[in-house]
Amino acid sequence: MSRMSDFLSDVKQRREELKAKRPSSFGEVKTSVQDNVIWKSIFRPGSIYRKGYRDTSRDRALAAMNNVLYHLHPVKVKRHGLKLTYTYCLGGLSFFLFILLTITGIFLMFFYRPTAGAGSELAYLDMRNLSASVTFGNLVRNMHRWGAHLMVFTVFLHMARVFYHGAYKPPREFNWVVGVILLTLTLLLSFTGYLLPWDQLAIWAVTVGTEMMGFTPVFGKQVQFVLLGGVEIGPNTLLRWYVLHVLFVPFVTVIFLAVHFWRIRKDGGISGPL
Amino acid sequence: MSEEVQIDQEVYDRLIAEGKSERIARAKAKAASVRKGKVAAGQELGPKSPEENQQALAAFRERSGGGAATAGAGGGAATATKEVPASRLSPEERAARVSASLGGNGNGGSIGVPASSAHTHRLLALVPPAGIQQVQSKQQDKVYTWPHLLIVEFVALLAMTAVVLVTSFFLDAPLGALANPNLTPNPSKAPWYFLGLQELLRYFHPMVAGVTIPGVGLIVLGAAAYVDKNPSAKPENRKFANMAMTFFLVMWTVFVFAGSFFRGPGFNWVWPWVDGLFFEL
Ligand code: HEM
Repeated sequence: MSRMSDFLSDVKQRREELKAKRPSSFGEVKTSVQDNVIWKSIFRPGSIYRKGYRDTSRDRALAAMNNVLYHLHPVKVKRHGLKLTYTYCLGGLSFFLFILLTITGIFLMFFYRPTAGAGSELAYLDMRNLSASVTFGNLVRNMHRWGAHLMVFTVFLHMARVFYHGAYKPPREFNWVVGVILLTLTLLLSFTGYLLPWDQLAIWAVTVGTEMMGFTPVFGKQVQFVLLGGVEIGPNTLLRWYVLHVLFVPFVTVIFLAVHFWRIRKDGGISGPL
Repeated sequence: MSEEVQIDQEVYDRLIAEGKSERIARAKAKAASVRKGKVAAGQELGPKSPEENQQALAAFRERSGGGAATAGAGGGAATATKEVPASRLSPEERAARVSASLGGNGNGGSIGVPASSAHTHRLLALVPPAGIQQVQSKQQDKVYTWPHLLIVEFVALLAMTAVVLVTSFFLDAPLGALANPNLTPNPSKAPWYFLGLQELLRYFHPMVAGVTIPGVGLIVLGAAAYVDKNPSAKPENRKFANMAMTFFLVMWTVFVFAGSFFRGPGFNWVWPWVDGLFFEL
């Protein structure tokens, strides 16, 4: 009996001890999470995730500086550029759509094989399967499709707004040229993607488009041959355009986007005020 | 520079005996030997003593006419700046000295800190104008990126996500019958952004409509930034540029609309409210 009660009181005592050791408040947990080598290796000195954030000028500046977004945004920006009616955020939305398309596109790649031809119409079957039986497949495909159309549209509008603000004038002439290249790349991205479902709409739209290319002076037929991977649209075209669509054109676009954003900052930030 | 500086052995031994580290002892011993060399050559050493400074100041005031010495002291107009002790140059004196050293070229000697300011920065060097990179940084009305810009961007991002999500929820992307190279649908249409060009095919040779016009169009678009020499960005000063752009944008839109909604079988003209739509996204 006494052994038993000894044992119980022992357990009780032990429990009290453990309780005393356990961090008692959120604040203590926070300190123990933040005060270690790993946390400190992730967040730079001065990061608001180390020291906490108070709404002071200093911390506002640090929030921008200790952030990967510092590659895109300076610590301070012109006040007039924030007015929605200056940029309508069109460049930013174009970029955001590009990201959204990358994410949804990666999802689609898990379920799509760029193969066509009698007996192995995988591309088309995968598209059907995607809509019919992949969880969220149809929704993501729709987002990718509508997002692509929308991006072409926002890039057009962005270009128009830049023009009407005279924002292409020195020192921004070169960035305008980069923009024109981006516009071309956006159209190419959209057009190469158009073929991938491999339905009637896809191949005939592409046929119409590449026929026009065939009328390039002097080496029209060669241009068309390279684009189609043959004399007429077929399984080779699909594979070729798939690689262009998921790898080559996005890669080139990302490079030009980097130049575009870098130049915005080097040219003194957003143009204006008018 | 190439010549190795000898160390002053005496100083070195003393410092080592005092327990200084070898690195420090060697540096100080080198400095000591340099100093010795300078004294031997009759050169001045180090900063002037306070007395020498006072003498130099008095000599300067003598040369520049004396009167400036009292300028900082009384005088209602000058009370806005801090009192400057008589042992230092008053702002006016410093301004006079800087502009004298600039050869009095009439720009008030404003290099770096304005010469008339009460701050006591020293003029370190005079750089020929050609050596200065001209940076025109006007004071600008700026705000912090965080929170002002990032919050706006975040809201735009959310709004755009909502638009795409809701659209995708209610509208399905088309997926027609399996591709069949032997069965040409009627009409066959390019994606909407190329339908302006397809519309042009009705009026021009395919080489003109399909290659020349878009090619030249893109080049002209890019070149516009270099062709337009008008420095103003104000709409009222660039009526021509805006009119030209508006003209092309409207033309483009009209052709895209025509190709999208007003062309039916055989790419012939139709009225969408009579014959229906022949358009897919
Ligand atoms: C993929 C397409 C593009 C993306 C993601 C993009 C992104 C951006 C962003 C985020 C800005 C900052 C200002 C704003 O949001 O308006 C900007 C500015 C600018 N963009 Fe683009 N852009 C694209 C295409 C274009 C095109 C097609 C043009 C013109 C032909 C262009 C020319 C410019 C110029 C000149 C600026 C500086 C504007 C200023 O300082 O006010 N960009 N772009």
